[in-house]
Amino acid sequence: MSSNTYINQTFNLNILITMAKIKSLEDLKKKKEHLQQKVDLRERADHPENYVQIKVGMATSGIASGAKEVMDYLVDELEKRNVEAVVTQAGDMGYSYAEPTIEVTKPGEEPVVFGYVDTKKADAIIEKYIKRGELVDGVLPQNYRTIDEE
Amino acid sequence: MANYKMHLLVCGGTGCRASASDSILESLKQKLEENNLQDDVQVIFTGCFGFCEKGPIVKVLPDNTFYTQVKPEDSEDIVQEHLIKGRQVEKLLYQDPETGDTIHDSKKMDFYKKQIRIALRNCGFIDPENIDEYIARDGYFALGSVLNDMSREEVISEMKESGLRGRGGGGFPAGVKWDFAYKNESEQKYVVCNADEGDPGAFMDRSILEGDPHSVLEAMAICGYAIGADKGLIYIRAEYPLAIRRLKVAIDQAREYGMLGEGIFDTDFNFDVQLRYGAGAFVCGEETALIHSMEGDRGEPTFKPPFPAESGYLGKPTNVNNVETYANIPVIINKGAGWFKKIGTEKSTGTKVFALAGKVNNVGLIEVPMGTTLREVVFEIGGGIKEGKKFKAVQTGGPSGGCLTEDHLDTPIDFDNLIAVGSMMGSGGMIVMDEDDCMVSIAKFFLEFTVEESCGKCSPCRIGTKRLHELLDRITQGKAEKKDLQRLKNMCHVIADTSLCGLGQTAPSPVLSTLQNFWDEYVAHVEDQRCPAGACKDLMRYEIIPENCVGCTACARKCPVGAITGERKQVHYIDQDKCIKCGACLEACKFDAVIIK
Repeated sequence: MSSNTYINQTFNLNILITMAKIKSLEDLKKKKEHLQQKVDLRERADHPENYVQIKVGMATSGIASGAKEVMDYLVDELEKRNVEAVVTQAGDMGYSYAEPTIEVTKPGEEPVVFGYVDTKKADAIIEKYIKRGELVDGVLPQNYRTIDEE
Repeated sequence: MANYKMHLLVCGGTGCRASASDSILESLKQKLEENNLQDDVQVIFTGCFGFCEKGPIVKVLPDNTFYTQVKPEDSEDIVQEHLIKGRQVEKLLYQDPETGDTIHDSKKMDFYKKQIRIALRNCGFIDPENIDEYIARDGYFALGSVLNDMSREEVISEMKESGLRGRGGGGFPAGVKWDFAYKNESEQKYVVCNADEGDPGAFMDRSILEGDPHSVLEAMAICGYAIGADKGLIYIRAEYPLAIRRLKVAIDQAREYGMLGEGIFDTDFNFDVQLRYGAGAFVCGEETALIHSMEGDRGEPTFKPPFPAESGYLGKPTNVNNVETYANIPVIINKGAGWFKKIGTEKSTGTKVFALAGKVNNVGLIEVPMGTTLREVVFEIGGGIKEGKKFKAVQTGGPSGGCLTEDHLDTPIDFDNLIAVGSMMGSGGMIVMDEDDCMVSIAKFFLEFTVEESCGKCSPCRIGTKRLHELLDRITQGKAEKKDLQRLKNMCHVIADTSLCGLGQTAPSPVLSTLQNFWDEYVAHVEDQRCPAGACKDLMRYEIIPENCVGCTACARKCPVGAITGERKQVHYIDQDKCIKCGACLEACKFDAVIIK
């Protein structure tokens, strides 16, 4: 590994020394466990049973079809309507024909992906699916396997 | 208020709608009302299930029952048997074609196996601007275990063992490439990520960088450890601003966590990544041209050898891989080469991401195991051809690839099979064409692209592609002769044989493959001055069939150039010299008297 110890002067190794630095694989494992809990939202919510997680497909094609407006709308409206939810951005889900796409996970339920989401559809998703458990036309069936299933 | 206990999902994809899925939806709703179940069971339309061959599809939730080839009259059985009595309707269940078993839970169906996401595993799943979400999905574990538990040689042999081949086009085994760079001794080496995605229609690299940038950073660091490099460079085109922004965020976060920088995981391994911007020249996807561009020189290729693994960036040993190739690597390390090898075919392991575009219903990004057939991609995952038209061809490999026809629909897609049928994998653009597409025009379109993108360094490419394009242009105008087709062919071979780099060597492929697969279409253009697809404007003729014409004058009134003459109640006539082929008469005629010849 001798060649790795050279530091070229022209290369600025801009290392930020912070507390967060992960020193070992053990550290990383701890971090992961901690993060998974966070992803499960147990820590963030007072009433985790009410928490809804929404991912908005925000790659170039999603944004071009209006994903940003949808995301802003969801953040504002969920707040206004007192729905406890976390809205995050994600990358391309692959359904270019149905952009913008969003994935909604209600606590304890399988995630559901909705396609062709504009603000009107987003409104229907909040009122019908999130509040009352009704599905809305344009659900995109998952048709792939993940590496976790292998 | 309704409190639904069950949901019936009716496929609203184009294929299923064509076989009356909307009347299934209606009749299900009607049956539910008759049985007073409308407040307990909800019926909705979904997007395409990707199982159009066995459509229309109805899926029942929450029990995941999957009914195929449903007819409106089956709704009685679904409601009476399944919903009321709780018994699945056996005759509508899917039978596994190989084992003959009836499948009760859709999760066990093999159409779920059509796609498996390795490179796209986190795309659309995690927040790309949050390293924590990447770590929660096993991110940086591969780097950690490589640095702690594996020697450099072990990493390289794991890569070789996996059989991973370069996803950027050529399909060169990545492990072998790494081994070259590893063996070339030098105090300084470099790891380069080729993010200069240039094929028209391909956008998987952009999507990976926008959706999962850390996977590329992690893989580059693994490569750095294996070959002995402490510097990584990502060459990305400036027209990918969002990908650039997310990469920058990812690099900062990785540095903050110590995943990039000095003494990673408390070892003596240092690695850092910088970005280099390209101006979007297609030739800069060629690795030598890419390196010159990064050095600040003109983006022109040079002769290989020396290969970059020997003398690359600033003359030092450099390993260049493409974005999608890197995105596979952390998974290979985490799950093992043996796991990876089981997916795909013997000589092309793993999966490939394709950007499905053109005249297909479900355009988008798909990731399928190598060896999937074109038929599965186009007709199942892609949902078939738009507007129920007839499939004609699929163009793969962009400007370097060729067209595959109906005869190739059942060919398993992998690197070698595609080359054997005159095309190539390329970076994974897949453009589907239907009966309305003229293959000569398609070849001309791709040639136009190469003419523009040729760097001009070598004459076969600079002059040859221009001449090829001129010839194709003449063919589409009906001005070429039969012997020109032979000239076209000869020119293709000369360009392919004598060009300096991959761009020129493969530039004639779209022409050669269409010549081979659609010879009749070329002949029709030169001998009959006719375009069978009706796409070449110069060869189109609008004519009036005298028997159908009632002399209503509608077409004559619509014609913007006064090319149509004829008295009321008399047969009309189109003056071909005046006609500008706008098609207004065709739309105006209510008696099908106007035709395109």
